[in-house]
Amino acid sequence: MSENILAIKNISKSFPKVIANKNVSFNIKRNTVHALLGENGAGKSTLVKILYGLLKSDEGEITFNNHTLKVQSPSEARKNKIGMVFQHFSLFDSLTVRENLILGIDQNMSFSNLQDKVNEISNRYKLPLDLDAPINTLSAGQKQRVEIVRILLQDPELLIMDEPTSVLTPQEVESLFETLNTLLKEGRTILYITHKLEEVINLCHEVTILRNGEVIESSKLVNETAETLATKMLGKKLTEIKTDYSKITPKINLSSKNLSIEFNDPFLVDLKNISFDIKEGEIFGIAGVAGNGQSELMNLLTGEAIDGVSGELDFNNIDIKNFSPKKRRDMSIAFVPENRLGHSAVPELTLSENILLSQFPASDFQNNGMINFKNIEVQAKKVIEKFNVVTPGPEAKASSLSGGNLQKFVIGREILSKPKLLIISHPTWGIDAGAEHAIRQSLIELAKNGTSIIVISQDLDELIEITHRLSVIFNGKLSKSYDTREISISKIGLLMGGQQDD
Amino acid sequence: MINILPEFKARGNPSTLMNFLVPIIAVILTIFTGSVIFVLMGFKPTFALYTFFISPISNSYGISELLVKATPLALIAVGLAFCFKNNLYNIGAEGQLTMGAVFGGGIGIFFHDTSGFWVLPLMIVGGAIGGALWGMIPAILKVKFNTNEILTSLMLVYIALLILDYLVVGPWKDPYGYSFPKTRSFGESGRMPLLFQGLRVHFGIIIALAAVFASWFIFSKTMLGYQLKVTGFSPTASKYAGFNQNNLIYIAFIFSGAFAGIAGLGEVSGPIGLLYRDISPNYGFTAIIVAFLGRLNPIGIIFASLVIALTYLGAEDAQLFMQIPAAVGFVFQGLVLFFLLGTELLVNYKISFRSKL
Repeated sequence: MSENILAIKNISKSFPKVIANKNVSFNIKRNTVHALLGENGAGKSTLVKILYGLLKSDEGEITFNNHTLKVQSPSEARKNKIGMVFQHFSLFDSLTVRENLILGIDQNMSFSNLQDKVNEISNRYKLPLDLDAPINTLSAGQKQRVEIVRILLQDPELLIMDEPTSVLTPQEVESLFETLNTLLKEGRTILYITHKLEEVINLCHEVTILRNGEVIESSKLVNETAETLATKMLGKKLTEIKTDYSKITPKINLSSKNLSIEFNDPFLVDLKNISFDIKEGEIFGIAGVAGNGQSELMNLLTGEAIDGVSGELDFNNIDIKNFSPKKRRDMSIAFVPENRLGHSAVPELTLSENILLSQFPASDFQNNGMINFKNIEVQAKKVIEKFNVVTPGPEAKASSLSGGNLQKFVIGREILSKPKLLIISHPTWGIDAGAEHAIRQSLIELAKNGTSIIVISQDLDELIEITHRLSVIFNGKLSKSYDTREISISKIGLLMGGQQDD
Repeated sequence: MINILPEFKARGNPSTLMNFLVPIIAVILTIFTGSVIFVLMGFKPTFALYTFFISPISNSYGISELLVKATPLALIAVGLAFCFKNNLYNIGAEGQLTMGAVFGGGIGIFFHDTSGFWVLPLMIVGGAIGGALWGMIPAILKVKFNTNEILTSLMLVYIALLILDYLVVGPWKDPYGYSFPKTRSFGESGRMPLLFQGLRVHFGIIIALAAVFASWFIFSKTMLGYQLKVTGFSPTASKYAGFNQNNLIYIAFIFSGAFAGIAGLGEVSGPIGLLYRDISPNYGFTAIIVAFLGRLNPIGIIFASLVIALTYLGAEDAQLFMQIPAAVGFVFQGLVLFFLLGTELLVNYKISFRSKL
């Protein structure tokens, strides 16, 4: 057997308007953890989708165990002993764990046979599973466990993990790493896709760095630090972002008291007694694993889904909990929901037209129902210029912008309205590091000028970087808040995993 | 396992020019396919196409008839655009047209022996109200009970037709009509003025053009048009913007119903002059094709209404000179819709055959 289990040679793949992979070549050594590192949009996902048979490369060759590998579908990849755990779980929410496992295997297997095998895998890799639990009752970590067991049932030689820690608490990350180490001891190989540098350093033996679809480096991991890796991944150094506590005033801007809502819907999370205060000029973070009530809370804060809300949401001493989004905007509250395409922006419309989506008392975009086209164009130009949005101009369709540029446009649109309160969900989700940096910096600048900001995010690094204070949401309950300078990562992790406040 | 079925793959950036050409290509393909059908039926294609498309409009009478047919089509279609832009599939325009005719026509019957300049305007307003009220029913059901407007608006068509049926054989029957299922004629004050002596094209065309212009203005210049557009593209973004989506549903159906109602009134107070069972040769349904052929654009709808109106006239001439059933007109309308949808699909997606290994 050769030393390399997988050899990727000159793989190229382009999509309309973008080259995702350009002559990508590297080898993965047998029985190692190989990191595929790169920022969002660097071409990591495209490459592994080709590997797993979800996409077809335009050019190039893949050799697996000394055979040319040509897979047309994931099931063929699995037959070749390649398994993959996706970043976004591919499970049926309303079915049980057992049913999902059966659906996921390609060969015929009896129920009792499956049960034995699952039990064996669960014990060997310390992956306990309740086979009769419906998927929608599981946490993200438990869902990932189902995915991993499902793949292990196929006994893969090469296991591809696509950003596996993005939805996990720090404690869950640790137990995942234990599992991966057990797999390694059995002689398996792991291709680990991530943009988190610490994980590469802690877990991986070799690293391949992708930037703009090209391999920047593929080598053993020696003498690398998070910094050196970051510079290679980004191609430049980024200045450090610093929060400033001196500009926070004692005046409370928004105060939530026992805000609650019940949905009677198994796919929504009820919110229970959400309470917090935010001062002027303060950035308040809400951390938590996805699916613990973040989107429901966001809807309560923006006014998009408020039927049945109880408690109090006082903005400058006015209870706004039953106010519509428009009424809240009239009070200079701005919001940026998580989803850009089709929520905070309409992809089919031009940037100018997208300006009209959020109108504030100060904005002069219409007169008695007639649109003032000149003013919206001027405003769009202003946003583009001030926030370095890369685009041909205000007449470009929103869909033609990259994720990062569209997000800069949307956030810029809201910031230029000079809001008193900005509520923003996952501000840098799925965008490149340059845009991420610019957005974080602009949020900090905004707070310095007296705006209060709520940031809901799954990205702990982000929250630690930009917030003054943070709380953790778990199963619809918000923890008490902690000074970001004082709370430890492991404490946040415990709260994310459901530990109660002391 | 070999997959022989092709896949549709989205083109990243569909060509703007092709998008613009979609309706034109669809019409050309329709004419081509139509000639193939004529050949199979044993006609010379040149003769058949001439009979179908040229001879009906080769004189002023023909042109006038074309405009008479295009008037209700354009008016209804531009009303439907309010709904379709908002992703509301109102396919009950035929019912809204019928109720417009009933309301407006009812006024005409009531004032049949009164003369006055105000009778016709009153009838037009009545027609608009009748159509709008009928359009409001699916809108209310959708807002209150989340019903599917496709089903409710369609079912209401048949209710409206039966109401008309009941009226013309029952309470509104012409007392001097020898038991024919029709009402008495409207008075002279209740008729649409004719634009040219001896031709049937009537004042309704001016109303239709005004409605088309007004709709163009609303769609392209006002917040209302913007709100309809945003809600159609993305209801979530519309909610984010704080638009009142329920109001937008009502507004779209009111415009749609009112325009169809006026079209219905235009038919009975224009060419017909009274109420009877078959006041519309499916204008309300055919207008759906007109709306899409015109790309939901008011100016496009004008051209589309002329093209589709021609299929009505062509079918009549074909029946007369070629002895083939007038239903051939519907075949052409169906072909246009088919090619329109097909062309649009191919502009946005490409077919890719999976390569064999």
